[in-house]
Amino acid sequence: MEGERYLLQTAQLDITLQRLAHQLIENYEDFQDTCIIGIQPRGGLLSDRLRDILSDLGPFHFDYGKLDITFYRDDFRKREQPLTAYETQIDFLVENKKVVLIDDVLFTGRTVQAALTALSDFGRPQAVELLVLVDRRFHRELPLEADYVGAQVDALDDAYVRVEWEKQNGQDAVRLLSAKELGK
Amino acid sequence: MSDYNQLSTKHLLGIQHLNSEDIQLIFEHTKRFKEVINRPIKKVPSLRDVTIANLFFENSTRTRISFELAEKRLSADTVNFSASSSSVKKGETLLDTVNNILSMKVDIVVIRHPSEGAAQFLSDHIPAQIVNAGDGTHEHPTQALLDLYSLQEKWGSLKGKRVAIVGDIVHSRVALSNIFGLKKLGADVKVCGPPTLIPMHLEELGVDISYDLDETLQWSEAVNVLRIQLERQEGKYFPSLREYTRYYGIDLARLEKVDHTLTIMHPGPINRGIELHSDVADSEHSIILDQVENGVAVRMAVLYLLAAQKGAKIDTLDS
Repeated sequence: MEGERYLLQTAQLDITLQRLAHQLIENYEDFQDTCIIGIQPRGGLLSDRLRDILSDLGPFHFDYGKLDITFYRDDFRKREQPLTAYETQIDFLVENKKVVLIDDVLFTGRTVQAALTALSDFGRPQAVELLVLVDRRFHRELPLEADYVGAQVDALDDAYVRVEWEKQNGQDAVRLLSAKELGK
Repeated sequence: MSDYNQLSTKHLLGIQHLNSEDIQLIFEHTKRFKEVINRPIKKVPSLRDVTIANLFFENSTRTRISFELAEKRLSADTVNFSASSSSVKKGETLLDTVNNILSMKVDIVVIRHPSEGAAQFLSDHIPAQIVNAGDGTHEHPTQALLDLYSLQEKWGSLKGKRVAIVGDIVHSRVALSNIFGLKKLGADVKVCGPPTLIPMHLEELGVDISYDLDETLQWSEAVNVLRIQLERQEGKYFPSLREYTRYYGIDLARLEKVDHTLTIMHPGPINRGIELHSDVADSEHSIILDQVENGVAVRMAVLYLLAAQKGAKIDTLDS
């Protein structure tokens, strides 16, 4: 397809995911008092993958959940179409725990801000870190940075970075799509 | 999950005006909000810039508290109004009352009123979004939604299921809303009660009519037992409460004659020992308290989805 650009393809993506998992182990050792939380919907797919990799690397015990932030967004009612809410699966409290939030793409930072607000409804964590697969570093609208980054991408404002997973899209890849390809 | 993520209507006046996608959209959100209200902090900030007025021109405990909790758990600001302590007593008209409240910048009005069509009337005349919390004997959409949700939660789907509505059909807004909703979700509906309490031409809505409770119970998988509305019995509809109970009251002995397990619902408040006996109301057949829990989540879903519509709010920051 014309103009189709891959930022990461299956083999590279796998190396990146392995690296991210190892970085987490480096910092959290046995993951005592640690929660790993994926931001729904797409961060949840990434966190599922990382959890699988971590479970291959050793027996680690951490609380694992997924957080939907639709009800916490600051652009409620400002969109053309309301967003669909996904399921929140958190059956533990984050009170005094270390939390790793996971999302696929860090762009404006507003999702992460909403996630931090949402997280506070489950207690007061001791510390929160952010892991993202792709950091679009020149588009931040809020003073937020990620602690673990898979890849950094400098793309045009109207370009779209899409993380694809084999289960949903038939392949593991990170693609860069132009506005035209998205049909906008 | 469907792409359908917007209600087809600006107000919730009745189930009659919803389509089945609307109902399923409300149910998807109900599931999400049910998770929210079981968290340690049962609150989300979605509606923090929305003001909701609860106008209750008729007595209500459950519905009023349920709406108020739903609003608070969505972080909306609320004002409450009940007719017994207001200027309505001094002769103010409905429109004047509401316009006065609206000039205090209210986005959504939840109204319960003894006259049929009161919610529709308001939606025609004022710019706020209207949620009908019961208008006379016409509709009570959020009650029907929570009844339907409770059944769908239990069964997965209502398609082809047999549901009976028993009791005072003619005075019941719950019955009418339930009939519309059950039919839209594909259930078979039978109503049962004394002939005087079943309105004429009801079969045109596609429901069966029965005057025999035992036969109806044998047919159904779930029964929604309606309250005998003692306050709406100006005429004589049946000779005595005792006779009503004998023919149409549900007790355990009656249920034991049925060869399968029935699910019993009641919109409350129950007249214990009249339409429903305690040995059934407090038994494992009953999902009455699940209904109440679902009521808050359903109302959160309705208010959230109405407020989520673009341009729903009268004065937004960027307008």
